Amino acid sequence: MADELELAFERTVQAEARIEPRDWMPDGYRKTLIRQIAQHAHSEIIGMQPEGNWISRAPSLRRKAILLAKVQDEAGHGLYLYSATETLGADRADLTDKLIEGRQKYSSIFNYPTLTFADVGVIGWLVDGAAICNQVPLCRTSYGPYARAMIRVCKEESFHQRQGYELLMTMMRGTQAQRDMVQDSVNRWWWPSLMMFGPPDSESSNTEQSMAWRIKRNTNDELRQKFVDMTVPQAEKLGVTLPDPLLKWNEERGHHDFGQPDWDEFWQVVKGNGVCNEQRLAHRRKAHEDGAWVREAAEAYAAKQVKEGVA
Amino acid sequence: MSFDNAYESLLGHEDSHWAFGTGFSESLVGVDREIPSTVDAEALAIYCLMLGDDALIMSQRLAEWCSRAPEIEEDIALANIALDLLGQARLLLSRAGDVLGKDEDELAFLRDERGFRNVHLAEIDCGPGPGGDFGTTIARLLVFSTWRLALFSRLRGSADPVLAAVAEKGLKELAYHRDHAAQWAVRLGGGTEESHRRMQAGLDRVWPFVSELFLSHDVESRLGGVAVPAAELKSEVDGVLEAVFSAAGLTRPADAPTPLVAGMAGRDGVHTESMGYLLAEMQHLHRSLPGATW
Repeated sequence: MADELELAFERTVQAEARIEPRDWMPDGYRKTLIRQIAQHAHSEIIGMQPEGNWISRAPSLRRKAILLAKVQDEAGHGLYLYSATETLGADRADLTDKLIEGRQKYSSIFNYPTLTFADVGVIGWLVDGAAICNQVPLCRTSYGPYARAMIRVCKEESFHQRQGYELLMTMMRGTQAQRDMVQDSVNRWWWPSLMMFGPPDSESSNTEQSMAWRIKRNTNDELRQKFVDMTVPQAEKLGVTLPDPLLKWNEERGHHDFGQPDWDEFWQVVKGNGVCNEQRLAHRRKAHEDGAWVREAAEAYAAKQVKEGVA
Repeated sequence: MSFDNAYESLLGHEDSHWAFGTGFSESLVGVDREIPSTVDAEALAIYCLMLGDDALIMSQRLAEWCSRAPEIEEDIALANIALDLLGQARLLLSRAGDVLGKDEDELAFLRDERGFRNVHLAEIDCGPGPGGDFGTTIARLLVFSTWRLALFSRLRGSADPVLAAVAEKGLKELAYHRDHAAQWAVRLGGGTEESHRRMQAGLDRVWPFVSELFLSHDVESRLGGVAVPAAELKSEVDGVLEAVFSAAGLTRPADAPTPLVAGMAGRDGVHTESMGYLLAEMQHLHRSLPGATW
């Protein structure tokens, strides 16, 4: 019986059809998905902080509105993604506990600090750009609810990327101080953006099984190459330099050659030794703990309403 | 902007699926911006600053909750309200700018504290900072949105076509803000012992700032038919709040007179000490790069 179910599952996946919440699935598939989607949801929620850092100081009212709307979108993405994990039997409160206790990860990029307003633009352009490269293939991932959530997320991310790029274009047309600010920001965010695709394929433990299950569609190195190829002409148009002396077009391969990020730094940040790891988690933990009485009150009130037959 | 990448096809060219649209276009298209000849233009500019600053400063305070709310849904809701108020602020500052020959950013970022005309209720720290918590924030939002909704519903008939249009547009937003705050007040008031205590404490904290909302100002008397006299709003606001307090089991705190300095309050540019810090944070980047374009 189990074998038949497994065969049916394999056939569905091989045929590029979708697995839906009520379909049978192997435990490993379910666990892998919960872990991956939860990490993605956590990344959206933690990712609100570095950009949220500039809402109060945004230098024009239009930029303030755009930034606040963008950070709000990230909260929305976190919400759909937590909902997608709930279709797999996970529980949002439990996943939140895992995040604030440091038992589940989020994207390491958010452990870097946002130091100037140019970082808001560069995060839109490079970080959201890298996220889109990672996420567009997930619109075809084998698990239906995740794939559908990703379509909406990608549409909004694509809009964020444009807004970031448009901010940088505007700043590059401004004063020299603004242009210097943009270049400095690109210098700080370029390598962490390349790290967003994960370690080289030769060192990535999760890739192979996820590819077979069609959860993952491309390897880390393929996506990194795609991102570099896409970004180089955008950087030229913007008028900034990417801080990699090895970066050059390779006619033979039809791709850019480029240097490797500092993987030691990557692993240090993953292990918790980035500039903001502790701060990001403490911020999230404080919000969660400070809000506990509100959530309890809402539950208590709802329970009373049910008891009184109102709701 | 043409944007050559692999995801363009995903995006399409349709704006309707974005929560806030992608255009951020002028929302008062077609409204006559000419200042009617019967209107005292200088008084109109001051009045627009009063209402615009209320919205701008309240939005700045609400946005402090971003990434700090008790649950994700509430993070989204508070950001939504902050965005609505920021939108109202931009329209009102732009209207003041029609008279003063300045744009919204010059007015928001280059005025000093004494030039801001918002009421104190908008500027005080009601949390997530040390000045309050979610209960205090809801208490302020309840009072503020009830008062502003009463004001905007009368402002729809303003002799200034721009003010009338801003009021018409803002009404739906403010009705949602008031509803959101009232629902939370009822939930917290009737939730747990702790939530009841905190909601009542929040109300007690903001109440000393309520009487200022109904103070008359001579600018209103110079704008007959254009402005709404603040004193007219009191009975409607009292009635709505009374209904909410009763549903929430909350006690209306005793009224206190507005603390004045040489007869002046927020509408005259005299603020609480927290205002300077709020403006320092909000304005520093704009001011530190003169001539920059954003």
